[in-house]
Amino acid sequence: MASSRRLPRRDDEWIDRQSPIRFQFEGREYEGYAGDTVSSALLANGVTLLGRSFKYHRPRSVCSFANHDINVMMASATQTHIRADVTPLSEGLSLSPTNVYGSLKKDRGALLQWLAPMLPVGFYYKVFHTPRRLFPLWERLIRRLAGIGEVNSTWPRRFFSRQTLYCDVLVVGAGASGLAAALAAREAGASVILADENARPGGSLGEQTLAADSEGAELLTRACAAIDEDEGLHWFAHSVVAGAYADRWLALHTPEGLKRVRAGSVVIATGVYEQPAVFHNNDLPGVMLASGARRLLHRHSVAVCRRAVILAANDEAYEAALEFDKAGIEIAAIVDLRAANELPSLAPAMERRGITVYAGHYVHEAHERNRSLNGVTVCPIDEPGKGQTISCDGLLMSVGWAPAAPLLYQAGAAMRFDDSRQQLLPVSLPEGYYATGRVAGMFDLEQRMAHGRDSGLAAARGEAPIAIAGAMRAHSHPYPVFEHAKGKNFVDLDEDLQLKDLINATAEGFDNIELLKRYSTIGMGPSQGKHANMNNIRILARRLGQGIDETGSTTARPFVHPVPMGMLAGHRLRPQRRTPMHPLHELHQAVWMETGHWLRPKYYGKGPEKEMIQAEVAAVHQTVGLIDVSTLGKISVVGPDAVELLQRLYTMGYSKMAVGATRYALMVDEAGIIVDDGIIARLDEEVFYVTTTSSGAPAVYREMQRRVIEWGLNVDLVNITSQMAAMNLAGPESARVLAHLTELDLSQEGFPFLRMKQARIANIDCMLMRVGFVGELGYEIHVPAKHAYRLWQLLMEAGQEYGIRPFGVEAQRLLRLQKGHIIVGQDSDGTSSPFDVAMGWAIRKEKPFFIGKRSLAILERKHPYTLVGFSLEASRAHEVEECNLVIHAGEIVGRVTSIGHSARLGRGIGLAMLKKDFAEDREVFEIRLSDGRMLKAGITPAPFYDPDNLQQKGDIEVDGIEPLKLSHSAALSPLHTEAVVTDTRAELWMADFSAQGLFQVKGAGGHEFLRELGITLPDTWFETLQRDHGGFISRTGQHEYLVYCGRDNKLSESLGGYVGITQGLSVYARSDLHLLLGGEAVSTLLSELCALSLDSLSHPARITYTQLAGISCWIQPRRNDEQTYYQIGCDPSHGLYLYQTLSTLIGERLDHSFGMDSTPTRRTAS
Amino acid sequence: MKLLNCPHLGARPENEFTYGGEVRVQPDPDTSSDAQWADYVFNRQGRPGTHHEWWYHNPTGIWFIAERDTITDRFLRIELASPERLKEAGHG
Repeated sequence: MASSRRLPRRDDEWIDRQSPIRFQFEGREYEGYAGDTVSSALLANGVTLLGRSFKYHRPRSVCSFANHDINVMMASATQTHIRADVTPLSEGLSLSPTNVYGSLKKDRGALLQWLAPMLPVGFYYKVFHTPRRLFPLWERLIRRLAGIGEVNSTWPRRFFSRQTLYCDVLVVGAGASGLAAALAAREAGASVILADENARPGGSLGEQTLAADSEGAELLTRACAAIDEDEGLHWFAHSVVAGAYADRWLALHTPEGLKRVRAGSVVIATGVYEQPAVFHNNDLPGVMLASGARRLLHRHSVAVCRRAVILAANDEAYEAALEFDKAGIEIAAIVDLRAANELPSLAPAMERRGITVYAGHYVHEAHERNRSLNGVTVCPIDEPGKGQTISCDGLLMSVGWAPAAPLLYQAGAAMRFDDSRQQLLPVSLPEGYYATGRVAGMFDLEQRMAHGRDSGLAAARGEAPIAIAGAMRAHSHPYPVFEHAKGKNFVDLDEDLQLKDLINATAEGFDNIELLKRYSTIGMGPSQGKHANMNNIRILARRLGQGIDETGSTTARPFVHPVPMGMLAGHRLRPQRRTPMHPLHELHQAVWMETGHWLRPKYYGKGPEKEMIQAEVAAVHQTVGLIDVSTLGKISVVGPDAVELLQRLYTMGYSKMAVGATRYALMVDEAGIIVDDGIIARLDEEVFYVTTTSSGAPAVYREMQRRVIEWGLNVDLVNITSQMAAMNLAGPESARVLAHLTELDLSQEGFPFLRMKQARIANIDCMLMRVGFVGELGYEIHVPAKHAYRLWQLLMEAGQEYGIRPFGVEAQRLLRLQKGHIIVGQDSDGTSSPFDVAMGWAIRKEKPFFIGKRSLAILERKHPYTLVGFSLEASRAHEVEECNLVIHAGEIVGRVTSIGHSARLGRGIGLAMLKKDFAEDREVFEIRLSDGRMLKAGITPAPFYDPDNLQQKGDIEVDGIEPLKLSHSAALSPLHTEAVVTDTRAELWMADFSAQGLFQVKGAGGHEFLRELGITLPDTWFETLQRDHGGFISRTGQHEYLVYCGRDNKLSESLGGYVGITQGLSVYARSDLHLLLGGEAVSTLLSELCALSLDSLSHPARITYTQLAGISCWIQPRRNDEQTYYQIGCDPSHGLYLYQTLSTLIGERLDHSFGMDSTPTRRTAS
Repeated sequence: MKLLNCPHLGARPENEFTYGGEVRVQPDPDTSSDAQWADYVFNRQGRPGTHHEWWYHNPTGIWFIAERDTITDRFLRIELASPERLKEAGHG
């Protein structure tokens, strides 16, 4: 019968009796108080049956009341796996138990108990496997029964912030030793983060310390005052430090989200987990840990029972008995596992109060009535048969503790078992780690406070850890485990593992601690064995007749405590790169595809995919098409050794290339494997422009830089992949379209195939290359990113009368296939040398050296594959898929690497990589289709289309074409608008300054050049000098500078005039997205996006290149009279991503939508 | 997450870097046998101990040469990559 177990008001209680809270459990209404947890409120209402066990669905209730009551997990409408023992009560909460079929009282799952004999330890390896045909049935059933709770995928999405925090000292655990450490570290001037899983600081202070300990009370008062007032002490309640990673990087799981803490030192003051005794029916509601009962008494004024028996093996048991007695709970008996001569000094006092102490006795079994405890049978340890029964509704166990050491293990501490203390203790700590309090074996309050204080000081000062001192007295029983003929003596309540399960597993040979865990699943439940592992080790050690250290312990891995996936995901930042023409593709109804981080148009239009692609291909063949190829890597290679570098990096020859020529570039690695390809254009004697594949750009640039250093070459490299956009204008009409916009001589003689030109198109400085990748007359136009949007618009406008059509990646793939051009990574793989793709022609063996040359000399003799072209009937092309195998005489002899239907050629065409021996003199081979059918294909030499490049050689007629009238208003990219600032008095504000002059100067002559412009230069790397008109200059490398002009228009114009590469000096007008970010909350925002400390980011004389929101950025702090704000830049391809990410986060913070369009703006000058 | 304490940059988390493998000395391709060359191309030194390694800082594009104890996973020394440093590391 439900009745109130709430005791009269106590001084130290955490509940607020003025604030009642109504909630529902299993559909019934209850009332608790603010400050209650779900479990405490239910117990207060007399509800003792709170859950069902995982495997046998046995009735369960509160056991530890310490965040590990796994059998009392509940679900609400929006959350599963609510830990009722620690979850604060909230108004209107409606809960149901998670592992129940029917109701808690009538759980149909309890029938599983009768199947227990069929479910021995490791049953899933043993039973249900024969007969085989029944296994699917069993599997379905087991899958339905296994797992706790149901996932409702329609639950509201919630984004958690994920901040990075820095502190000098992180103190984990706010008990007596942790508080002493935190206060001492503060006194030493350290910044401190203090975290504890409880709602309030104090740990066991109060509840496990008798009132006489005024020193403890005084410490708690001081600590509470410091938490309230001291800004250098950052307190996190309800928070678990869940993981310890390299260099003191820890995961702090708070209710608001995950914090990533980088700590100078870490003080582990996590205390101990109380451990249960193992006896028959030790899982009944009413059997619990004494410390849990004390927490319920002190914090929530709940009496867990009316008449208690205390199972004791330490002094804490007697202190508990005195407290319960005082609180009006009848103590029926104290059953002490120790002999009479080992009893503590408090024992006679018990007798005087009329409490019988049974020394040398144990609880043989617990008795059940109405799904809860009704009494216990107590026997002398040496005479197990001679029992007497004591009636009680509570059995409180106080037989031992295990150190809460998972973080110590994770961090790499060595732990050793101390026999006199009966506890595992840290004997060596990793650098910067300190352990204090009960986790380090100190139980005496005065000692814990003293050691905590000393440890806090040592942590703040970076001194050696303080040695563990104090009484060598055991607070844990060496073996609180008792056999019983009927079993049901549970070692692990998470997984319903009984003593016999472990004994059987050991007998079956799983007698290593790690094997035993995996076979029996002990410690694998949601509490990760916090109340089971120690007994498990003791049981195994005894079975094997060896010590605890020899037995060892399982590996502790993150997380100590479950962390929701949403918290790990944080804001789910997913960097995406977009080209400057992105908004225009959207206007053209692009269908997007992701290629690495890049978003590219697959094809355009709303029609059927195949038709759209064929129409785009047709436009390129018949009139003109335009494709965005900005994703290509682009690298500027400048210097006296530029030719030498390229000669050594690529397989072909570049020394004799004329200025203005372009040449194919194939890169292999040291093993001779193809890694990248592109085009090299010679802009000047010592100036090259190198393109790479879209995905290969970062790696190729890295490799170039590395080789320049390794070979000691005099070359300047700049990765201009996203500073430059590129588009390929292709088709018979392409020259005429271009002629509307440029005065460049486009005739065959003036601009022949495979040449490059630097020219102005629509008054924009561009670099053009006549390339043949898609097989028609075409121009690859490279243009600074900030002008690309406008240029694309103008080309589309000029091409309108010719029927210009944008084309996507798919059309380009088909067009290049017709020409037999390979795509690295599609027609080649991680084992292909140039010989394997029939590109031996691209190797200049006569060069003295290039990367991979030596390996290719070997591979030329024994490369296994070759690449062939093949054709088949047009109607069958769609049946073949890339990667379909080529089969001959039952053996795999190759695979299809590319396939397409060429409407132009009226047949299906493809490339296949075939075994060289097989391909020799062969005309036909067989492809095995995905459905198993075989299809014949005929070998046809590639290129399939225009093998003699006649399309590139014809006359180019551009006479009499009128220049296009350029409307003055043609827009820059939306990202490069004029400076727009939201209200700089807001909590957070942002401004886009991308249109303002930003220049990069690189080259040996850079110093002199800038000095001549009257600019004072910073000396050291990454130093910044502020300039007039809001500008700055930073040194970003050996001879590399970043110049931001601010409102200095004169400087901007004069630098603008030098843009280009002359005499080894490169001046780039950068197209970075370039923002100002400020406001009071800017530090919080940055800590969510950046792993560096704000201190390191906030020095105005220093520019920082780091990762922000997962992408590379530069951050330059600025200061005006009112505030510090940040100038942030990233490469233009990430611009929209960064802008949108910041807008979203700012909007969330300000609680209204934020963006260029939706906010009141005012123009200001910084 | 590990920190790399780099000259010019200060302490930076590992995820800002790309690991570039160990510093190795290429044998003379013209005089080495196929077997010697294959050993250079395919085999790596896995013996635990102090290794010289290439580390690339992505945001700045700077290559560093780090000396790392692979037993303790501790960085002993990090310097800008340069021909001189490489020479020293290659002989070390």
